[in-house]
Amino acid sequence: MSPLAARQLVLDVPGRAPGAPLDFALAGGQMVAILGANGSGKTTLLHTLAGLRAPRSGTVQLAGRAIGAWSARARARRLGLLFQDDVASFPATVAESVGAGRFAHQPPWRGLSDADRLAITDALAALQLGDLGRRSLDALSGGERRRVALATLLAQDPPVMLLDEPVNHLDWHHQILIMDHLARLTREAGKTVLLSLHDPNLAARYCPLALLLGPDGAACWGPSAALLTAERLGWLYRHPFACLDDGGVRVFVPR
Amino acid sequence: MPRAVVTLIVLTGAALAAGVLALMTGALPLAPQRVALALAGQGDALARQIVWTVRLPRALAAFAVGGLLAVAGALMQVMLRNPLADPYVLGVSGGAAVAALLGLMAGLGAGQLAWPAFAGALGSIALVFGLARRGGGWNPARLLLSGVGLAAGWGALISFLLAVADPARLPGMLFWLMGDLGGVTRTPWWALAALALLACLAWPLGRSLNVMARGPLEAQALGVPVARVQPVIHVLAALATALAVTVAGSVGFVGLVVPHLVRLTIGNDQRLLIPAAALAGGSLLVLSDTLARTLLAPRALPVGVVTALLGVPVFLYLLNRRGTR
Repeated sequence: MSPLAARQLVLDVPGRAPGAPLDFALAGGQMVAILGANGSGKTTLLHTLAGLRAPRSGTVQLAGRAIGAWSARARARRLGLLFQDDVASFPATVAESVGAGRFAHQPPWRGLSDADRLAITDALAALQLGDLGRRSLDALSGGERRRVALATLLAQDPPVMLLDEPVNHLDWHHQILIMDHLARLTREAGKTVLLSLHDPNLAARYCPLALLLGPDGAACWGPSAALLTAERLGWLYRHPFACLDDGGVRVFVPR
Repeated sequence: MPRAVVTLIVLTGAALAAGVLALMTGALPLAPQRVALALAGQGDALARQIVWTVRLPRALAAFAVGGLLAVAGALMQVMLRNPLADPYVLGVSGGAAVAALLGLMAGLGAGQLAWPAFAGALGSIALVFGLARRGGGWNPARLLLSGVGLAAGWGALISFLLAVADPARLPGMLFWLMGDLGGVTRTPWWALAALALLACLAWPLGRSLNVMARGPLEAQALGVPVARVQPVIHVLAALATALAVTVAGSVGFVGLVVPHLVRLTIGNDQRLLIPAAALAGGSLLVLSDTLARTLLAPRALPVGVVTALLGVPVFLYLLNRRGTR
């Protein structure tokens, strides 16, 4: 059974014609990049898949059941979403903030269990935040705050992870660190990872599958190796691209 | 969580100390020994009479009102994600005030205003939630705006009533508006019970609130059934406010500032913040009411004046201490 599937899904992007319905079923261990210009519906797609927003038509199936049929708690144990924008900072420490990822795993009357604590420590360590646990959120840089948000999703530890531009605000070292970690999660833990990106090179390097959201609701989906070409990126972003060859690795650059 | 336990023990101690002080102080000062004997049902009849029928009911009423307002304020600040939110932001106290003032104008005494005030508060709650729900769906922004609008309307009605009222009744009306415990003759057990219930719900509520401080969408993604929890918390806060204004009129400041005071001192974990705010708010009001009774004795001040005079400097001090870090 597919952990996450879209059936004849038409996104509800205000003021846009329906476009082609999306129809796909993801498998465990898959890592899929969503590429598209600003306003092409990447965030709307992720929010719709997460059940936070109703589609215009069609359905989203989480582990074989309609997304709306899950309780919020049960859903959060199976699917997590990293938002594009970080929460406006509220007074909390890094560890407390990451601990929110464990909400759906705790019974209402209990606090953090040993398993919760371990998940939080692991998540902080994976994103090189181990030393910042007691730091206040207000005292962090934009990139650090982004990693705290990611750590919250890692602590939540759902089999399906949706990430809206996870490498926003991050320097190159941390971009690669995070993409490496997500790839490892798909490989070793069988997670299904669907993430929107603005860099086709990261998509080509890490994501075997890609979903392109074109202008006016057009969409295509398939193996990145075949799908990502200079012409198609030119169509996607309405800007010409060149494809360079770096020792067998294709590199896309805007002209 | 030892830090939380220490915090709650310290605050409970403060509440008890404020209570003992309230029982000792008044037109006839009582030594701690006499208070203790009277509480145990022994000692002289005069002390027993004063403690059991005058000072204890009033102190318990003050504690309940302060606690309810502080908890309601803490809930509203998280739910509306606005540090300026207070229990009165949805107009609950305005509805109660209009009803209470009408009662006073009709000749009711200060001790007879509980039912009209409670009815006014409930009517105002029904009105604001009804307005927010119209047009379908649950929308916190709409709720807030409906409340602010309604509160302004009540404010205008209050001014109108004050303008046309018999001047002889004005002092009583003003005291009610500023918040006054002078009319308390019996212990408001229902308000204390409501406060206890809220404190018991603090743990599960606080867990959800901690996540909801991140905003409704994110909370939903993390597993909080926001559409169900949000209205429940709003209604709880509104009912707590209604009970508080029923007992003491619209005491200002406690609901706005006590949650901030507690937050500045112990952090923003709502599981601890809610019971701590209940204890701190209750203690502050017991202390304020004791001062209100004694500062200009034999004249009594409305307690709402004292809460602000006492709390504002403390609040500004704490705020600045943090700001310099």
